[in-house]
Amino acid sequence: MSGRPDLDALPAIPRDAEGPVFAEPWEAQAFALAVRLHERGCFTWREWTDALAAEIGAARQRGDTTTGYYAHWLAALEKLVAAKGLASAEDLRRRRDEWDRAVRATPHGRPIELARGQEPGARGA
Amino acid sequence: MSGGHGHDHDDEYTAPLGETQLRVKALESLLTEKGLVDPQALAALIDLYETRVGPRNGARVVARAWVDPAYRKRLLDNASAAIAEFGFTGRQGEDMVVLENTPRVHNMVVCTLCSCYPWPVLGLPPVWYKSPPYRSRAVLDPRGVLKEFGVALADDVEVRVWDSTAEVRYLVLPERPPGTEGLHEDELAALVTRDSMIGVGRPKAPERRPR
Repeated sequence: MSGRPDLDALPAIPRDAEGPVFAEPWEAQAFALAVRLHERGCFTWREWTDALAAEIGAARQRGDTTTGYYAHWLAALEKLVAAKGLASAEDLRRRRDEWDRAVRATPHGRPIELARGQEPGARGA
Repeated sequence: MSGGHGHDHDDEYTAPLGETQLRVKALESLLTEKGLVDPQALAALIDLYETRVGPRNGARVVARAWVDPAYRKRLLDNASAAIAEFGFTGRQGEDMVVLENTPRVHNMVVCTLCSCYPWPVLGLPPVWYKSPPYRSRAVLDPRGVLKEFGVALADDVEVRVWDSTAEVRYLVLPERPPGTEGLHEDELAALVTRDSMIGVGRPKAPERRPR
């Protein structure tokens, strides 16, 4: 943000009509999770915007201009949730793997059930 | 229901989810188990912001300010209170400030740090507002950005760029378009675009009506 910027080197601003605000359903889910946790008092809005700004600022430092806004939103939420002791990074990773296995083990057209992805020992325990 | 393992026919199984979707599902299911969120509340929030809160709220505020000088004064003096008269209030406790465009001053809004945006009046931010190019270029080259959005300003018009924060959100009060003298408040509101309230567009021109 200092010195003489090379404006030509900056990518164009994506434009849109007054269309949908979420590109994909997961963006809406990630959005709603942060808003709901704030409503529940799990963190202040200031803490949230600081976390989001840190995530976006770090991407800028790396020269990363392609990662989408809600990808930053999700990464910031994972970190804040861990920092607040709501769910650890390890718990999140393990649960992510369980969902991955569950999806792959689900016959097409059937609802995805988490139990399909849990380790045999954990099932029904 | 447990016969799925050991099958080799991939076609019969649900396509793997993307990494991002898996991470969101992990967050949501863990937080739900801990009683911190519940799926119904999340669905209600999404519905609220996808379909019910949007730039139409802000358009009603702007149209009222155009027709009612007393409201306009209240809006410029204490935007949060004047906007709350419509029942539009923030969820994040932010203060609203309304910026009045005049023939001499054009205001535009950005959030350089993240993407703070006045949700209660404009809904959620558009794709471009959240993009790195807009966030940086609005500050470095506001006139160039405005030109890309189709807003040409005379050289003697001052451009003021306002950087939103977690505490303060801005709404631009655009100039009332010429030729709208006889229009009702609702008709005026239909002319107010989202972009005009961010300061990167102008309200629509009224359709000519036969007299």
